Amino acid sequence: MILRLAIASLFARALTVGMTILAIALSVALFLGVEKVRTGAKASFADTISGTDLIVGARSGSVQLLLYSVFRIGNATNNVTWKSYQDIAARSDVDWIVPISLGDSHRQFRVMGTTQAFFRHYKYRQGRSLAMSNGTIMDDLFDTVIGADVATTLSYSVGDPIIVAHGLASFTEHKDQPFRVSGILEKTGTPVDRTVIVSMQAIEAIHVDWQSGAQVPGQSTPVDVIRNMELTPTAITAALVGVESPLQTFALQRAINQYPEEPLLAILPGVALQELWGIVGIAETALLAVSAMVVVTALIGMMATIFSSLNERRREMAIFRAMGARPFTILSMLVLEAMVMAALGALFGVVLLYIGLIIAQPILDSTFGLWLPITAPTLREVWVILGVICAGAIVSLVPALRAYRMSVADGMIVKT
Amino acid sequence: MTNTTLEITKLAYRWPGRAGFSLIVPHLSVAQGESLLLLGESGSGKSTFLSLICGTILPDKGRVDIAGTDIAALSGGVRDKVRAEQIGVIFQQFNLLPFGSVMDNILLPLHFAPARRKRAADATTEASQLCAALGLPAGVTSAKATTLSVGQQQRVAVARALIGQPPLIIADEPTSALDANSQVAFLDLLFEQANTHNTSLLMVSHDARLGERFDRVIRMEDIAQIERAAA
Repeated sequence: MILRLAIASLFARALTVGMTILAIALSVALFLGVEKVRTGAKASFADTISGTDLIVGARSGSVQLLLYSVFRIGNATNNVTWKSYQDIAARSDVDWIVPISLGDSHRQFRVMGTTQAFFRHYKYRQGRSLAMSNGTIMDDLFDTVIGADVATTLSYSVGDPIIVAHGLASFTEHKDQPFRVSGILEKTGTPVDRTVIVSMQAIEAIHVDWQSGAQVPGQSTPVDVIRNMELTPTAITAALVGVESPLQTFALQRAINQYPEEPLLAILPGVALQELWGIVGIAETALLAVSAMVVVTALIGMMATIFSSLNERRREMAIFRAMGARPFTILSMLVLEAMVMAALGALFGVVLLYIGLIIAQPILDSTFGLWLPITAPTLREVWVILGVICAGAIVSLVPALRAYRMSVADGMIVKT
Repeated sequence: MTNTTLEITKLAYRWPGRAGFSLIVPHLSVAQGESLLLLGESGSGKSTFLSLICGTILPDKGRVDIAGTDIAALSGGVRDKVRAEQIGVIFQQFNLLPFGSVMDNILLPLHFAPARRKRAADATTEASQLCAALGLPAGVTSAKATTLSVGQQQRVAVARALIGQPPLIIADEPTSALDANSQVAFLDLLFEQANTHNTSLLMVSHDARLGERFDRVIRMEDIAQIERAAA
């Protein structure tokens, strides 16, 4: 009955109580939302590349190799010779190998030379393959397939010409050999979206007249001559490798790392991703801390609400006291009231979160390639809710103790 | 078994924070079923006196026996329990929890007083009977307390004080918020019910005209001294 009266008392102050609950709900929804985005981002990040067992490049650091080979951030310190590539490709434990050649750009996007096998073997988000939203995989020497972001940013469609620039943010362009967009990939949420993909031969072709990073003056080989040239690359930037059996991964990694002819590095993409996330993860922790502060703010708001209600409820407390309620009962009622508010706020917050997720999921996926799965509340979320209720009880102790002292001092006689 | 409901002996209380002021009551007793009017102007210490009887404040010296128990010797929690069990309280006004129904309000003291609850075998039935006896309209028990008139609210407070038949009812100027006609009707009902249940009634008022109805009328200054220590 005391519980029922406490709830009736809350209903009697529906407006302020409702606002308090709303504030808690929004803060909890924000906190859980940040948590969802955080885990979603982490999962999306870890899903940037899947199905690849090893990434091979010139010897540097594993994070660096991952950054330039997968995320197209920074540059390779060195190349891998075509001979080393062929040696690795010839090994019996290698199931497939895809070469990658980087170094040129188109506007703000990186150009990547690779083989058609890239489209077969590059997987993201737990084994999804790249798919064409328009057009086909490059067929001709001067064909290119562009990522979804490239297409939308530069409003390209299939058949448009593209001129590739040498190097990054460079003014020297490979004007003599224009490319044609043969296909546009679907949005993946990976760096592939921001990549212009051409064939390995095309990378060689545009550099025919170039030596040591500069165009040989006056020299311009006609396109039809280039077409008839032997365009075997001399070096590649990195290679994605799939092994015959997962058990051979470590043996192959060791073999490549100890390759005698050239200093090479083979990394496990998953491990390197974890390592990289450890670096960028600080930002997400900061974000989480900020949203936790929002929850604390909402709870302090509730404390203020209870404080300001104490004066108008002096009479109510005096009645309880006169009927024989102990001061401790008054204190418990206020704490209970706060817990009810916090619990309703937390539950309402979860509801808000799910509504938000249902609305935002397709938008986030198509705009940012961030996939937030809608699942039943996890144990962690249950803990968050319980934590909010406990924290609500703790902050309410401050006004409740004041009410306790007031009810001891006032007794049952309140001058109104 | 004593037939004295309330007995106060050599009580002394010093107001905290007001050095030197103290209330001294040498002796006062209320017999079972007796009605007593305590007259006092404001500032005569009657509110403090009521708090001492109810056990929400503790005297510095002396005894306060309620139905044979010296509450001045008890701990806070037990004093609260004695109040719940033995005393029905009626305030001047705003007696009821505004968000509760009339029934909620009447049954409220029983929640803190298990023995009193046992005495009211069927509490809701007893509450309805009390309401009817106090001339409240039928079906009033499910109404929200705030929908009632002030006079009706005071009668609900009487029902709440009477439920489970506590031996003592303390009323602090219960008629001051009522007009003259309602005062008469209210007191008629209060006395009728107090007599029916053989309940002692201690009413505090500044209105001497009410005196003729009571067994005994005492002036605050006759039983109590307010002392100011020589400064």
